[in-house]
Amino acid sequence: MSLTQSLLEGNRLALARLLTQVENDSPEGRAALAELFPHTGKAHLIGITGAPGTGKSSLVNQLALHYRRNTDKKVAIVAVDPSSPFTGGAVLGDRVRMRDLSGDDGVFIRSMASRGSLGGIALKTASLVQVFDAAGYEVIIIETVGAGQSEVDVARLAHTTVVVEAPGLGDDIQAIKAGILEIADVLVVNKADRPGVENTERALRSTLELAHPTKRVFRHHGKAMTIAGSTIDSSVWIPPINKTVATGGQGIAEVAESIAKHAAHLRQSGDWAARDRARLVSEMEALLRETLMDRFLQNVQQENYEEMIEKIVNRNISPHEAVKLLLNGK
Amino acid sequence: MTEKKIRVLVAKPGLDGHDRGAKVVARALRDAGMEVIYTGLRQTPEMIAEAALQEDVDVIGLSILSGAHMALAPRILELLQKNGQERVKVFIGGIIPDEDMPRLKEMGITGIYGPGASTEDIIKDVREAAQLRNT
Repeated sequence: MSLTQSLLEGNRLALARLLTQVENDSPEGRAALAELFPHTGKAHLIGITGAPGTGKSSLVNQLALHYRRNTDKKVAIVAVDPSSPFTGGAVLGDRVRMRDLSGDDGVFIRSMASRGSLGGIALKTASLVQVFDAAGYEVIIIETVGAGQSEVDVARLAHTTVVVEAPGLGDDIQAIKAGILEIADVLVVNKADRPGVENTERALRSTLELAHPTKRVFRHHGKAMTIAGSTIDSSVWIPPINKTVATGGQGIAEVAESIAKHAAHLRQSGDWAARDRARLVSEMEALLRETLMDRFLQNVQQENYEEMIEKIVNRNISPHEAVKLLLNGK
Repeated sequence: MTEKKIRVLVAKPGLDGHDRGAKVVARALRDAGMEVIYTGLRQTPEMIAEAALQEDVDVIGLSILSGAHMALAPRILELLQKNGQERVKVFIGGIIPDEDMPRLKEMGITGIYGPGASTEDIIKDVREAAQLRNT
């Protein structure tokens, strides 16, 4: 029996092996993705992001426990940690906070190194999520690397993005900057037993009040991609703020409820389908970009290419001009 | 675009709380370009075998300083076998008396490293073991 067939029948070893193939972008992995793709599109993808040390992994641990106790849905977790920019190695430590989930066959945790991607998730995270989706995991939680201000790729991937904050990380100016707070569908103030939690909550709340309910428009290589929201104000989603102490499990039920409400909102407003569409389009375009680059590198004369690089380094021509010449076969 | 990274699980089974050695090894393997899944302290053999399966690792490194290696190692090997992961090589680092070493190797432990072992040797052996698994 093929690995994909075993995976569809629920074999966990086949699932694990295929995740590796897909992550490594091997020919077998690509073939498997093509075979599995018709089986995808059923899962609720939940992104969890926030600064390092805010408690993302602990929150993921508790959320997964909550889903396993209160639903019969299988839960997959893709936890991304950074790769070293120098050696390509990585220490993936998110499992340390997820020990409560072991021994449950309905949970599958996979750690993933970012392998050079800077958007908070890895290039192949979306593909791994598809494999889990096909394998029948109805809830898929994607935990990003500890994100600063602009690691917002997870919002393109997930249906619901949860941004985790903690007290003491910045003032109200941080809260009105563009970037990570804008992508939040649900805001969580974790470590709510620490001093300063009221200030953090107030800053976030006033930010939400300042914000015009905007449509989501992703800048996608200069082209604006609108994820059309409804124009009726009452149907605009305002991110709820939940307070949690993830290590102790307080406030988790409320977060799960916010996530469920958001999913219901997406389905009702038509945003669910719109987000799916936007995600698949951006995935196709990323592949197109990669393939075109590969094809170009195969066809270009190596000496020409090197020569062009030398010319740029010596400031004889600009990178822009070099691209023009290369594409014209010079 | 195929990129094959060596994936290693570094785990500490048993009840002792000394994880410095495990962290040093995890760091050394990272600096050698490997992806190290670190599970933390007080892992049961079941937890380790489950993590090894989910993460599809090539190699497992166990850090044992509690003296319970003769109980923990065979149990982990047995679980790996049960899960269809008998090709995954297992290394042990820690305090292992000389007389136990041959018996552990017989059971199927690939390498044993005591105090003073060089990380270069460990990296070399892990690379070889990962290659064996994938051929």
